[in-house]
Amino acid sequence: MENFDITLLQNIAYIFAAILFITGIKMLGKEATAQKGNIISAVGMFIAIIVTAINIVNPLVVLGGILLGAFIGSVIAIKVKMTSIPEMVALFNGFGGLATFFIAWSEMGSANNNLFQYLLVILTIYIGGVTFSGSLIAFGKLSERLKIGKGHLVTNVFISFFYISLISILAMLVLPMIGSLPLNFETIFYIYLVLVMLGGIGFVLPIGGGDMPVVISLLNSLSGIAAAFAGLILVNNVLIVAGSLVGASGLILTIIMAKAMNRTIGNILFVGYAASGTSSSSEQGEVKPINAEDAFLILENASSVLIVPGYGMAVAQAQHVVRELGELLEENGTDVKYGIHPVAGRMPGHMNVLLAEANVSYDLLAEPDDVNPMMDTVDVAIVIGANDVVNPSATEEPGSPIYGMPILEVANARTVFVLKRSMSSGFAGVQNPLFFKENTRMLFGDAKESISGLVSEFKD
Amino acid sequence: MEIYILLGFVLILSIYLGLELISKVPSTLHTPLMSGANAISGIALVGALTLTQDTFLQTVIAFLAITFASINVFGGYLVTNRMLSMFKKK
Repeated sequence: MENFDITLLQNIAYIFAAILFITGIKMLGKEATAQKGNIISAVGMFIAIIVTAINIVNPLVVLGGILLGAFIGSVIAIKVKMTSIPEMVALFNGFGGLATFFIAWSEMGSANNNLFQYLLVILTIYIGGVTFSGSLIAFGKLSERLKIGKGHLVTNVFISFFYISLISILAMLVLPMIGSLPLNFETIFYIYLVLVMLGGIGFVLPIGGGDMPVVISLLNSLSGIAAAFAGLILVNNVLIVAGSLVGASGLILTIIMAKAMNRTIGNILFVGYAASGTSSSSEQGEVKPINAEDAFLILENASSVLIVPGYGMAVAQAQHVVRELGELLEENGTDVKYGIHPVAGRMPGHMNVLLAEANVSYDLLAEPDDVNPMMDTVDVAIVIGANDVVNPSATEEPGSPIYGMPILEVANARTVFVLKRSMSSGFAGVQNPLFFKENTRMLFGDAKESISGLVSEFKD
Repeated sequence: MEIYILLGFVLILSIYLGLELISKVPSTLHTPLMSGANAISGIALVGALTLTQDTFLQTVIAFLAITFASINVFGGYLVTNRMLSMFKKK
């Protein structure tokens, strides 16, 4: 009877936790309430953990694990630089996946006499394991520690492992129906665990840096689905509800990102840019460089300026000088807006985080749909380390691989400044006709130094 | 088997609810939403706490599951909060 009461208490508390998660994630979707929403969801998590910990098996192991995890997680979260947020999210995400992988592994023993339970365990191990090893690869790519990409021999080997791992799920699913096995079941099971991990590596390794916003959203979704499946295995409603919410939000982000690139999710994951179209006619012409002094003279007389940041701003860590330039322009009476493309950078909302860190008010940030219609009233568009997201080929050149992708149509502004290190093409490998347009001026050099140059011109 | 039907029902409704709740989110919040959702997926910790620990291997697995899920929970919520406290409107 006493045992029953604890379970009842736990289940009631789980309902409360679920309500808090739902409320929290809803509030996370609006600027004004987002921070409160995060705290509400944290309270839900706290309640769920505390009531579960009432009747734990082995307090030493449990407390030790929680304290160790809390310590590592908190240190990483407090120390991480805002420019490293993409890889940090990937890493935490991978750890969540790994936890579900272990849960499913541990529950393998209880699945002996229940076929459905066995299927769930096999699937959860797969989703959790792929989330973990895939996220680790994403972490390596985002932090630029891992430079192996598509076409490399190692990549091809791991792609094979990915397909083998897919086949191995099917093999595991039919395994119970086979009477005599060539190896004992335990050995086969361990081989499966290894194949799953290798498969996750092969899943993410061929995907290029510019497609990372999609991959990271998808992995986020998978970690939620894995948690929900673990809930099915453990017959635990709060895992199912919370996991499903995460799965859904990750899925929505994935779709938003894919739409912003005008590509299908399948094309991003399994094809990549190189094979998605014929190379565009290389429209060449003369680029017109400009120096900081002349650029300043034009900016000084501009009444409206649109700043378009891209991955180059993140690499150069130029967000603080960009904000300074924006403020100087405003003091000079210029109307300043920031045009943010959804897939600029390496994760969803990457530019927004960087500009927020630099103290730029979020109501100055505008999406393509808001700024494109009034682009012809913009005196100067300053493109900082962005390339594909401002490439006019997307609207003008039907043969281009990026044709149809929604872009920031900066070419329609009166003058365009492009800050760029060199004339190399963007991630898509597509030549950018914007650089050769009549109204474009190239400001070559490191983005941070170029902007600092403009800032000091303003101060003189 | 009946229990799985019931759980499946919860699963489908929750996914549907999630899709409805977050269908229109401003791009400013894409990263915090992802990071905050990621912290919620640390709910696996609750599952990890209930694992049986009869054998040595099971104990090790449970310990690892608890540790990694805890990193996810604590790190996820803290970093999301840090990020959101920077988002300001002037």
